[in-house]
Amino acid sequence: MWLYEKKLQYPVRVSKCDPMMAKFLTEQYGGADGELAAALRYLNQRYTIPDKVIGVLNDIGTEEFAHLEMIATMIYKLTKDATPDQLRAAGLGADFVNHGGDLFYENAAGVPWTATYIAAKGDPLTNLYEDIAAEEKARATYQWLIDYTDDVDLQDSLKFLREREIVHAMRFKESVEIIKADMGQKKVY
Amino acid sequence: MSEEKQAFDTEAYYAQLKELQTLDFALVELNLYLNTHPGDMQAIQQFNQLAQKRQACAQQFEMQFGPLVNFGNSYSRYPWQWSETPWPWQV
Repeated sequence: MWLYEKKLQYPVRVSKCDPMMAKFLTEQYGGADGELAAALRYLNQRYTIPDKVIGVLNDIGTEEFAHLEMIATMIYKLTKDATPDQLRAAGLGADFVNHGGDLFYENAAGVPWTATYIAAKGDPLTNLYEDIAAEEKARATYQWLIDYTDDVDLQDSLKFLREREIVHAMRFKESVEIIKADMGQKKVY
Repeated sequence: MSEEKQAFDTEAYYAQLKELQTLDFALVELNLYLNTHPGDMQAIQQFNQLAQKRQACAQQFEMQFGPLVNFGNSYSRYPWQWSETPWPWQV
């Protein structure tokens, strides 16, 4: 069960209409290392992970939905005042004819989100290494996005998300150690 | 926004929202940290203290700006407040 909280995790402000930047941001909305994939990946893995780290996957997976909402807010705000011509000039013409003003789960190149982005290997350490890599890839993507805009308001929100990836990776690395320690103990009879 | 009832105090809204977001940030951080450090007594104390502070802050926010959580975890005045704007992406 989830409850909805009527607020963003961190403020999202943009200082101008910028559909081109919105297009790039969709990488973190519906891309392979985006927030939707992250949320679904962790929440799916939590059912079979050892008990000691279920909470880690559960809570980080939940936080990812808050990040998804922040990214969506950025995309929405950057495009809501754009004319069809401006969308077209920003490379969003195909999006406009298919989705109008709606957001869509796709990456920056327009490739629709797919479940193949979700790793589920049935091995706790394999899954966690995947999760650590996912966080690092998302962090790198946020860095490219921050470098790609001169909108300081947008940069501020993106920096928050970049830092969250670092913290999540840290918690996953600790989870690996917790599982390893547990495995080591079980071998001593 | 419900301009007809009372003017929506944008400045106060942002200020109180920020206070809540600040508290919640610390709580998320402590929660994630405690998931992998369950024996850190000081962190648990800090978590519980902030949770209490958060509750008071959220209550104050809701009195002025309406419910924060759906499905019976917040109260509503008449008429039904939950579906009123602004939604998070509109502020």
